Amino acid sequence: MMAPVKTPETKVRQPGESLFRRLVRQQLFIPFAALALLVIFNLVADPSFFAVSVKENSLGNPVLSGNIISVLDNASELVILAIGMTLVTASSGGQDISVGAAMAIAGSVILRLVCGGQVTADTMQMNLILAVLIGMAVSALFGAFNGTLVAYFKIQPMVATLILYTAGRSIAAWINNNQLPIINDLDFKYAGTFLPGIPVPTPIFITAFVILVFWLVLKFTTLGLYTQSVGINPSSSRLNGVNPRMVKLLTYVILGVCVAVAGFIRVSRSGSINYSRIAENIEMDAILAVALGGNALSGGRFNIYGSILGAYVIQFLTTTLYKYEVPSTALPAYKAVVVILLVVLSAPVVRSRMANLRFQLKADKIAKEAK
Amino acid sequence: MKKVFCLLLTLCMVLSLAACGGGNGGGDSAPADSGGSAPADTGSDAQEPADASGELITVGVINNDPNESGYRTANDAAMRATFTEENGYKATFYNNNDAAQQIATAQQMVQDEVDFLLLSPASTTGWDTVLQDAQAAGTQIILFDRMLEADESMYVAAVVSDMPAEGATAVEWLAAQGLDEYNIIHIQGHMGSDAQLGRTGALDEKVAAEGNWNYVTQQTADWDEATARTITQSVIDSGKPFNVIYAENNGMARGAVAALDAAGITHGKDGDVIVMGFDSDKWAFEAVLEGSWNYMGLCNPLQADTVDGIIKDLAAGKQPAQKIIYTPEQGFDCDTLTQADVDTYGT
Repeated sequence: MMAPVKTPETKVRQPGESLFRRLVRQQLFIPFAALALLVIFNLVADPSFFAVSVKENSLGNPVLSGNIISVLDNASELVILAIGMTLVTASSGGQDISVGAAMAIAGSVILRLVCGGQVTADTMQMNLILAVLIGMAVSALFGAFNGTLVAYFKIQPMVATLILYTAGRSIAAWINNNQLPIINDLDFKYAGTFLPGIPVPTPIFITAFVILVFWLVLKFTTLGLYTQSVGINPSSSRLNGVNPRMVKLLTYVILGVCVAVAGFIRVSRSGSINYSRIAENIEMDAILAVALGGNALSGGRFNIYGSILGAYVIQFLTTTLYKYEVPSTALPAYKAVVVILLVVLSAPVVRSRMANLRFQLKADKIAKEAK
Repeated sequence: MKKVFCLLLTLCMVLSLAACGGGNGGGDSAPADSGGSAPADTGSDAQEPADASGELITVGVINNDPNESGYRTANDAAMRATFTEENGYKATFYNNNDAAQQIATAQQMVQDEVDFLLLSPASTTGWDTVLQDAQAAGTQIILFDRMLEADESMYVAAVVSDMPAEGATAVEWLAAQGLDEYNIIHIQGHMGSDAQLGRTGALDEKVAAEGNWNYVTQQTADWDEATARTITQSVIDSGKPFNVIYAENNGMARGAVAALDAAGITHGKDGDVIVMGFDSDKWAFEAVLEGSWNYMGLCNPLQADTVDGIIKDLAAGKQPAQKIIYTPEQGFDCDTLTQADVDTYGT
């Protein structure tokens, strides 16, 4: 519970502290360094990776195309999940492993509503915004279920969310009577592809909007402070008038809403759903994004921008691996190697060693000269 | 107040979970869909004096997760529609993608002395004890859709798709298109599955044998549409020329097409890129009919009628003519596909 919180050290500049040392101590150092490494690797290996061109899509609209656009576009769901996951991690000191299954539920609800219960629908049967709002409400309800188990029944978050992780995809299938609904209405796909006349993929806008909302919420409300204090010490926050259970529950509900947004983007990319495969294993990537962002998985102090960066790093890595045509069977292994490296590097022990390394070298040098 | 509210919430969620478990989970006897009286096979029924005593034939059906793909949804629905009480069966269904769970349930069904055990095994190995127990208990085993590794004497019949043949048919069709150069984006299914091995095998051989056949990329998307889209997008972003998309199921082909559409690359009939998919989804047939796709290899999920016929024959004392029966399958392309085919084969 009591993660090594060294906030003052990062803020106060100690006399004689080198720039390098201060940099390494920054929470965002690891995700930035990882991103920089990937960028440098791609620049050296093949600068054309960064080329962005304007193409005309099949509907005749000009659209931007290129690896960078793909990374920003495809990372959308993960970024949105990572934000919610960061809050949940910070408040409850555990992770929600049901987000993939919950995305299937949200997607299923939205598709069922817009298809009006039909298997194939050519036009939307319900106002899209209303359908998405209902999807969000359902997803928030499932988030509340997880949150209740965690906050009020004091069940380990991973165990509590295991229930929905196991049952979620079946629930999603049940919502649509085990059918795989398809919607052919182009309007439905705007959120997952392009708005007419706008060359940037819509998921990028949605993600930017979500990030903006969270920036505002964290800046102008006490949500961040409360979440952090509950994560660091629930009893002392209670003594200070913060209800830790309510805060924990709230973070799970917020994650539920994030899940619905991510699920909506995912289903509107294709206008269909495959319950067993949609967003499979995305929970692991979301947790990884939180870890890469330098957030302690045991809760407490958090930085959502670290998680956001972490999510983009993961997508950048995936796209890079695809670009270099790593054989399909070897892909998880390559990813694992990079992930192990990043996680080890971001471990507090390693980072404080790294920060001390230069200091040590300098000391050695002085010692040598003294001899 | 808050406590009451939270308790209510929990209750509501638990109930909804329970409701789902009943509706969808495994092991529910008496199939839920009442609409299926399977008119297609009444002909064969009429000829055979069903079960002489008029008693119901008990069958245990072990299948994979119906949500795995459109193929499996159709397969599962057909089984449930065929093995009904109206049709002379007392059926128990179990769906799971986990072979260990399947085996445990199969064991239970053998102990319950079902007359027939219908199996679509999630893995090809590990079934020896079940097969032996079944033989000892006098339960007859019929495999459908998927094979398992066992001596032929252990089961009475197998009604399966010939995956290598599906791959070979598709590759043959592709070769007949007479392109100067084949630059292929190959999107594979779940590695190691029967369908992936069969469909990859034929293409691998051809690419190795022919000088003008190349892989632009060969990646697994694990049957996932979104992953297939990402893979295709990354090839488009790299600027490498390609003219064929060989996706090992329809969902992945659709993902690839979404990436093509976003980049404004024409596909299908008269397009720059040939799009190929597999399975039997109706929407995919329609895509081929419209000329948006070029080819779809039919993988027939409707084995239920054939299995039904075999059981009725066995009940009448007639052994099936062949041990392994391949479901009739063929490839359809945008030049020859007709609306009638779509109606016949689309699921």
